Amino acid sequence: MARQLSRAQVRKQRMQDAVNFPLDWLEERSGLVGGVRYFLFRKVPGDTNWMQTLGSATLTAFLVQAITGVILAMYYKPTPNDAYASIQNITDHVTMGWLVRGMHKWGASVFIILMFLHMGRVFLFGAYKYPRELNWVIGVLLLTMGMMEGFTGYLLPWDQTAYWASVVGINLNGTAPFLGPWLAQFLRSGQEISGDTLTRFYSLHMLLVPGGIMALIGLHLYLVIRLGVTSPPWSKEAAGSELVEEPAAATAARPGLTRPVARGTAAGGSE
Amino acid sequence: MQDEEIHLPPPTLWPLGFAIGIAVILVGLIIDPLWISSIGGAITLVFGFLWIRDASAELRGHRIVVEPERRQVVEAGAGQVGPSAQAGGDAMPHPAPGERFPRSKFLEASTLGLGGVIGGLITVPVAGFAVLPSFLGQKRHRVDMGPVADYKEGQWYVATFNTDPKEGDVARRTAFVRNNGSLAVSGRQEPSFTIISNRCAHLGCPVQANGPSGAILGLKSQTEKGANGPVTLNPTVPAGFGCPCHGGQYDTEGNRTAGPPVRALDRYDYEIDNGRLVLLSTYSVSHVDGQGAQAKIHKYKSVGPGEHVDGPEQWFYPINPPHH
Repeated sequence: MARQLSRAQVRKQRMQDAVNFPLDWLEERSGLVGGVRYFLFRKVPGDTNWMQTLGSATLTAFLVQAITGVILAMYYKPTPNDAYASIQNITDHVTMGWLVRGMHKWGASVFIILMFLHMGRVFLFGAYKYPRELNWVIGVLLLTMGMMEGFTGYLLPWDQTAYWASVVGINLNGTAPFLGPWLAQFLRSGQEISGDTLTRFYSLHMLLVPGGIMALIGLHLYLVIRLGVTSPPWSKEAAGSELVEEPAAATAARPGLTRPVARGTAAGGSE
Repeated sequence: MQDEEIHLPPPTLWPLGFAIGIAVILVGLIIDPLWISSIGGAITLVFGFLWIRDASAELRGHRIVVEPERRQVVEAGAGQVGPSAQAGGDAMPHPAPGERFPRSKFLEASTLGLGGVIGGLITVPVAGFAVLPSFLGQKRHRVDMGPVADYKEGQWYVATFNTDPKEGDVARRTAFVRNNGSLAVSGRQEPSFTIISNRCAHLGCPVQANGPSGAILGLKSQTEKGANGPVTLNPTVPAGFGCPCHGGQYDTEGNRTAGPPVRALDRYDYEIDNGRLVLLSTYSVSHVDGQGAQAKIHKYKSVGPGEHVDGPEQWFYPINPPHH
């Protein structure tokens, strides 16, 4: 430890300090660096499977929907007289509009398909079992809200397919016992489909439901991080091994900050 | 870990100059982007550099001198002018071990209570605004369909009209209209019409006439000038009505003959106003006995498609939203 450092080693050490200094500054004031490390550098079973990337794929598909949706909202006009024309304008005239609208339209199916595949993986791996039941429930809520997005988004092109599909969809809700007729009339914003139905679906589609989805994604990820990743069912690894805390002394000068520590460094070892 | 020092950043004033520089840049963007913004940029750079220099003093091995605390911690009561806080008895009885102070219980309850009141004051009107307009103040429509004389007796017409021209094309509706001739009502002869809504009683798709258009009889389509805008009448010769979505089939009185619909097609109420046919609201129908002017219609209040109006299934829909 008291060994003399070479000139190159000293320079390397200085460089590291210079890079770490702003990170330490941020960490000391926010805890963000530690939070990101806690979030990303987790202990994962050694024999995880490509199927376990389906959740991240679903998240990516959602982010694509969110970003393309925000941009489409800059050009879309949710009024009965303008909606169809504005969609045509986006597709035919706005630069790259065909691409962004296409990403949003086809990405919607990708999002739903990925949710089902992710759900199938969780089911087949038995990853919904104790202690992860609550995350399964949140996932089912996310699936439901994803379908609400599909339902409300389908009306927005305001063409014949959109109109009649929404008529049938709303009336399907209306056949539910007891509260069905009330739900249908709420969705329709009255007894008949009108311009208010369009703006209502637009608001649900771009504000209320996505907000709910984002909140639930936050909870979903929190539970994934808290409970860890499940091993595949064929895994031979011992389940439930505890995360070994990094030896405190290895974090050098100030505790709890961002000094990089080599994996498996023994306590007290530096460089 | 053991001999943990108090770690503080060095004191610095330079962020103040940095902020002023940024403000000068922004003002310059409006007044004089070339000169004022350049000056602002220079101020920002200089003070930014000074700030970083101060902030990174520790990295560069300078010793950070933290000014010691100069305020003195005074023993309670010592050297004070007034009586000591400890003087006299307790203002409030001490709680038993494990019990909480009444004041903290009161504060907790009032925080929750006030929060609830404020939340309610905001939520109730907003939720009402979101939900109630769907159910209250639903408009009734009267649609002028043109003179009764334009409807040939016994002939079916596919009538397309607009219930609310202000809404635009989204308020266009279609009905199948047949003039049944006149009917003796309490000693008077009155015109009788069969007016069937084209909204399928399954899930609301547009029902079509099963049969050729009136052109095979040499009839042409005509347009009536109604008070709600034009009404187009296309003569048709239907053997019944059918839905393109899920295959529901109806006879010419609107009775379900096949497929998923749960009742007969809805009908429009109508009146004859100055010799003109006027459509009113729709009503729902479980089934119709007989035909044309002599038909016995089993009427119910208008309900949504797919809702049963008779039989035990109607118990699933005990309270329907208000309908005109």
